[in-house]
Amino acid sequence: MPTPPAVPLTAYLVVSAILFSLGAIGFVIRKNVITMFMCIELMLNAVNLSFVAFSYKHGTVDGHLFTFFVMVVAAAEAAVGLAIILTVFKNRNTLMADDIDSMKL
Amino acid sequence: MDALLFALFAALAVLCAISMVMQRHPVSSALSLIGVMGSLAILYLLLGAPFIAAAQMIVYAGAIMVLFLFVIMLLNAGAEPKPIRQSILARFLGLPLGIALLGMLGYLIQRTVPPDSVLVRFADAKVGSPQDIGRALFTQYLLPFEVTSVLVLIAILGAVVLARKEL
Repeated sequence: MPTPPAVPLTAYLVVSAILFSLGAIGFVIRKNVITMFMCIELMLNAVNLSFVAFSYKHGTVDGHLFTFFVMVVAAAEAAVGLAIILTVFKNRNTLMADDIDSMKL
Repeated sequence: MDALLFALFAALAVLCAISMVMQRHPVSSALSLIGVMGSLAILYLLLGAPFIAAAQMIVYAGAIMVLFLFVIMLLNAGAEPKPIRQSILARFLGLPLGIALLGMLGYLIQRTVPPDSVLVRFADAKVGSPQDIGRALFTQYLLPFEVTSVLVLIAILGAVVLARKEL
C-alpha cells in the first residue's frame, strides 16, 4: 500500500511567514485603529503556527505551551487595548490613527 | 488526505488574511480574521495539537473576536474614508517592501529547514494531547503559569480603570 503524500514542514512555515507579512503590511496601510489591532492579532497567530510546527519537528510539548501563553497574553492585551481605544474614542470622537496626532487635547 | 486538507485550509487562511487587509469596513475585517483563525485551528489539528486547536477556537475565535466585534459595534465604526493625501514614498515603496519582508522570511526558512527534511504526517505526532500539555504546564512551566494569572488580574484591573466615567 503506497503511503499517502505528506506535507513538508516547510510548507507550514511558509504559510506562517505569509500570514505574518500580511499582518505587517496591514498594520502599516490601514488607518482604523481597530483594524490595526486586528493585524497585530494576525501576526501573533502566524507566530503561533510556527511554534506548533517546530514543536512537531522536535517532538516536544514546549511549542504548544508557548502558544498557550501567547494566547493568554493576547487575551489580556485585547482587553486592555480595546479599553484604551474606547477611552480614546470618548475623548477624540474618531478612530482614524491619522487624526489622533496630538498628545494633549 | 493530509496534503489535500493542508492545501485547502492553508489557501483559505491566506485568502481570508488578504481579504482582512483589503477590506475597508472593520466588521468585514473581523469576520475575515475569524476565517483565518478557524483555518489555523484545522492546521493545528493536522500538526497533532488538538488542545491548541480547541483553545484557538474557544479563546481566539470565541472570546477575543467577540470582544472586537462588540467594540466595533459599540463605537459604530464605519468604513475607512479614501485617503485624501498619501505620501509618494508610501505609495510606491509600501508593497515592494512588504514583499521583500516575505522574501527574506522565505529565504531564511529554506536555509534553516530545507524542504523534504521533515515531513508532517497526521498519525506521526508524538506529543500534544491535553494530558501531555497539562503535565508539562503544572510541573516544568508552573512558575510562568502562575505569573500568567497575575498578568490576567492586572489586565482586568487595567480595563476597569480605563473604562471609568471621568477619564
